[in-house]
Amino acid sequence: MIPQEIHDALRTRFGDAILGAKLDGVVDPFITVAPERMGEVALALRDDPAMRFDTLCLLTGMDYTGGKLGVVYHLASMALGHKIVLKVDLAAENAHVQSVESVWKTANWHEREAFDMIGILFDGHPDLRRMLMPDDWEGHPLRKDYKVPEYYNGMKVPY
Amino acid sequence: MQATDLRAEEVVGRPATVPGLGRPLRSEEMVVNMGPQHPSTHGVLRLELVMDGEIVVDVIPHIGYLHRCFEKHAEQMANYQQVIPYADRLDYVAAMSNELGYVIAVEKLLKIQVPERVEYIRVIMAEFSRIVSHLIAIGTYGMDIGAWTPFLYCMRDREHVLDIFERTCGARLLYNYMWVGGLSHDVTPDFQEKVRAFCTYFRPNIKELNDLLSYNKIFIERTANVGVLPAEVAINYAVSGPTLRGSGVKWDLRKNDPYSVYPLLDFEIPVGRGEKGTAGDCWDRYMVRVREMEQSVNIIEQAVERLPAGDVRAAVPKRIRPEAGDVYVRTETPKGELGYYVVSDGTASPFRVKVKSPCFVNLSALPAMCRGAMIADVVAALGSIDIVLGEVDR
Repeated sequence: MIPQEIHDALRTRFGDAILGAKLDGVVDPFITVAPERMGEVALALRDDPAMRFDTLCLLTGMDYTGGKLGVVYHLASMALGHKIVLKVDLAAENAHVQSVESVWKTANWHEREAFDMIGILFDGHPDLRRMLMPDDWEGHPLRKDYKVPEYYNGMKVPY
Repeated sequence: MQATDLRAEEVVGRPATVPGLGRPLRSEEMVVNMGPQHPSTHGVLRLELVMDGEIVVDVIPHIGYLHRCFEKHAEQMANYQQVIPYADRLDYVAAMSNELGYVIAVEKLLKIQVPERVEYIRVIMAEFSRIVSHLIAIGTYGMDIGAWTPFLYCMRDREHVLDIFERTCGARLLYNYMWVGGLSHDVTPDFQEKVRAFCTYFRPNIKELNDLLSYNKIFIERTANVGVLPAEVAINYAVSGPTLRGSGVKWDLRKNDPYSVYPLLDFEIPVGRGEKGTAGDCWDRYMVRVREMEQSVNIIEQAVERLPAGDVRAAVPKRIRPEAGDVYVRTETPKGELGYYVVSDGTASPFRVKVKSPCFVNLSALPAMCRGAMIADVVAALGSIDIVLGEVDR
């Protein structure tokens, strides 16, 4: 399916959960999804026989600056050979999005990393711990406004 | 018999007092810590093994010991070109492959075409990189299992490839060779001759390696039917590379989502078929790597024959300032699907560079391979997915 068809199929099925799309004039066409409906959209994308997005290539947490966060999902279908990008826009003060861990197991670690680095909260994730940073780390290092702490556990960090 | 006649241990299913011990045998699960300083974790990886006697109940990987803030560094760079040396250090045993993915991503953002000579040299280097990486994977895997000699043979052959790299760009491990739009140096005049000589030298050594290790009875006993990863589980975990193909899935981005000049070259995709045990076991994953090295030699031989003339720096842009936008490029590195998600905001430095690391994703499937196995098989399973912690932790 071409991105336009995927978009139309999703809009027919989910209506206002599909907030918008940019299908022309970009390298990778993307569809914007409402964060609180992400789980069901993901499940449909995986299980619909016409789409069969069996692989979540990459899940990226984004900080767009100005209090806007986001999650980008790169999906591909091994069975049918097509690709699509989903985007979710979030506000920094309420960065909640439905987890897709139950749909694609690979999302488990990607979501933990996005939580660790950007501070996005994935509702329904079974084990949302930090991935790369130590458990007692404060802050989310890939936020654009992140300040490198002077002290770690009372120890001065020399730079 | 009245219910009251039963002893408490029998009611709740606890074992009775062991004679001579004076107390019941303890039967709770035990947590064994493996790493971060352990010879068979291939770096600083810690595995928390939940054990029921010798049987693995669960594996909880703890990563991040080698986190070097690659993505944060990439955002802080003054320009796109400066990210390449950092990309080298992701999967440091196959640095050429890492560069290739990144430069293709930026070229796609810039919408530039590179000369054909550059494409062919890049493919040759990426395939050499695959041979080097697989030699390390195979050699160290043999060592994990207990075979010391194949490792030395692999390292010997690897040196020949590193010599070619050194003649080309001066570096043996971390190259900064592929630039956005071209290459840092053209190859030396005797490059083709050296490459042909290597291919002639290396081909018989693969057979020698098979005789030494692949079909060794002890090696097969340790790896066949161990750490089985069924195809549908592998796909759900988005596992890629030899780990996916070992499960019998014929999926290679060089064929399925082609880039560079791979569509013009003729090669096969080896997959695991469960020859010595079950499809998707450790031996299958191992054997896919051995057969991929043969295919890489085929690719290199074809590419070096066709190597066109040209200027490798002709398309290198003076300044790199892509339009605002994002791109996701995935390439088939020795470890699997290495993806770069590069976001540009129209300035000279990248807004965001996110790496989809194949080792990171493949490692996340390790618990699925190990549950129910014996503790010694964890080493076999971990070695068979061939992780490099530099890429897992970034």
